[in-house]
Amino acid sequence: MTMVQTTPSAQAAPSEGVLTRISDTLWRRPTLLLLILLTPPALWLGIIYLGSLFALLLQSFFSIDHFTGLINHEFTLATYAELFTPANFDIIRRTVGMAALVTVASAVIAFPIAYYAARYAKGAWRALFYLGIMMPLWSSYLVKVYAWKLILAKEGILTWIFEGLHLTWLLDAYLALPVIGGNSLSVSPTGTFLVFVYVWLPYMVLPIQAALERVPTSMLEASGDLGAKPAQTFRHVLLPLALPGVIAGSIFTFSLTLGDYIIPQIIGTSRLFIGQAVYQHQGIAGNIPLAAAFAVVPIVIMGVYLWTAKRMGAFDAL
Amino acid sequence: MPAVSFDHVSRHFGAVKAVDDVILDIAEGEFFAMLGPSGSGKTTCLRLIAGFERPTGGDIRIFGEPVADLPPYKRQVNTVFQDYALFPHLNVRDNVAYGLMIAGRGKRERHAEAEAALEMVRLGGYGSRKPSELSGGQRQRVALARALVNKPRVLLLDEPLGALDLKLREQMQEELKTLQRQLGITFVFVTHDQGEALSMADRVAVFNEGKIIQVGSPEDIYFRPEVPFVADFVGSSNVLPEALVARLTGETCPAAIRPERLRLASEGPLKARVTGLSFLGLSTRVSFEAEGTRLTALLPQDVARPREGDEVALSWAAEDLHLMRAGQRAGA
Repeated sequence: MTMVQTTPSAQAAPSEGVLTRISDTLWRRPTLLLLILLTPPALWLGIIYLGSLFALLLQSFFSIDHFTGLINHEFTLATYAELFTPANFDIIRRTVGMAALVTVASAVIAFPIAYYAARYAKGAWRALFYLGIMMPLWSSYLVKVYAWKLILAKEGILTWIFEGLHLTWLLDAYLALPVIGGNSLSVSPTGTFLVFVYVWLPYMVLPIQAALERVPTSMLEASGDLGAKPAQTFRHVLLPLALPGVIAGSIFTFSLTLGDYIIPQIIGTSRLFIGQAVYQHQGIAGNIPLAAAFAVVPIVIMGVYLWTAKRMGAFDAL
Repeated sequence: MPAVSFDHVSRHFGAVKAVDDVILDIAEGEFFAMLGPSGSGKTTCLRLIAGFERPTGGDIRIFGEPVADLPPYKRQVNTVFQDYALFPHLNVRDNVAYGLMIAGRGKRERHAEAEAALEMVRLGGYGSRKPSELSGGQRQRVALARALVNKPRVLLLDEPLGALDLKLREQMQEELKTLQRQLGITFVFVTHDQGEALSMADRVAVFNEGKIIQVGSPEDIYFRPEVPFVADFVGSSNVLPEALVARLTGETCPAAIRPERLRLASEGPLKARVTGLSFLGLSTRVSFEAEGTRLTALLPQDVARPREGDEVALSWAAEDLHLMRAGQRAGA
């Protein structure tokens, strides 16, 4: 009771330091503390992040004068219409197709890994698992991509292995296939795909693992107890409960693939991806409006994707 | 034919003998309780029946059929889980209809049956809600309906009332008992609460350290414990050590006496010192120490209460001192 009667000023004895008095003041005024904590990130998010996004959006509604190369600051949808010319639309289709394939492949590869890590890995094994998944993220992205170029190149490790196994004919037959093949794996769409899957896989494993860890064992036992075979338990219980994790992972793999311009430049064919198109239009060509319009495409696609996922009940288990 | 029979069943996890050489028959239509402290092997026994664990030794039969090689989804038993394990992404109706859906029944049929099962546990009209929108007691009933809708031959209940508050628990105890009588299904019920086991079960098995210590009717277990562990755990009886019993009666075995049967007297066979008193409402619990043994008595409120530190004498009727001659081990 004496605590309540003591006035705050009586507590702040002159012998107390400045820091103590500041901390006392903040304790008495939680709103002030909240304001101090929130203002910098709010400014960052509001002005630098959302602001530049808004500026980007604004640019995409301008157009370029093809004769003078100057930007015409008048509202128009002509730049967006340009996205649908065959050459540009081809870029979008190629990128979205690749992103979808990479996402599906990552999910299929990541699920068993995440399942094992979440359910069975214990103690040191668990730590080793995390390390195995995280370690590729510690090294430079460029180093990894170039390492893959060495693996996939015509005189590379993979060719050497196929030779050793007397399976060169198999690799050649694969490379002879239309669309996915090429001169060597490092200049084929298959190479681009492999490297994308490799580079983004951790971003799929970790969210799925987090989702699976929240599924109690008793939930799976209950399903079996009610007559469900393991495949049915997977289909009706495990997958729906892990779906928010899969969706979270797919947001990473899908959007990272949509925006990347380095991997397709180093590994794959000379055909452009969205990221490369943005890079070229804003740089060499100086066509900022079209670059901006290209940059809006992944945002719209991700929006539609998340909206559809929500409508289909992917987040019901959250 | 017993509904469930254990023939020298063991389940060892490395050096830990979770279930050790258990012999047990559970009759059809019986309400059977497995009672014991945590880690005594009762839940593992239940999981062995459900098929979530496989025995490392011995033979389990369900209605005569050996089930060692049957996975859970092939057994005619259903389980009510301690945490209910309701599927959070399905509404209550689809949760209850899950087993029927897996069995390939049509949507309208299974929804009708699920609704009937929900009526039975007095949750009619709750079908469209999500489990997260229900209270603990309601979830418990959904879990019960979800198991019963499959018409199992044996229903397994793993501490199903553990998470409920006292009043709800007492209400659910009665409901479960009524339901079991109506349906005639064999119930196997795991609990660490002796009151629950005694009030609901037809027969009780007391577990300790992976073994069954005593099996019998609630009256047997309560009034005629065979070993000190049962006397202490089930009825919180006073256990008198062998030496003391030998001096008092000449018999060489431990003995039990219920707290409500101990009387304070001016003259008696046992001198004791009062070490504590607590008021319980209906009675007063008095703790004593007598010749190095701690004893408890429940005194009715109309009897004069002693004070802490008083030296008193304790007496009892000869038939209330229950001798535990059955040695250290009593099988099933």
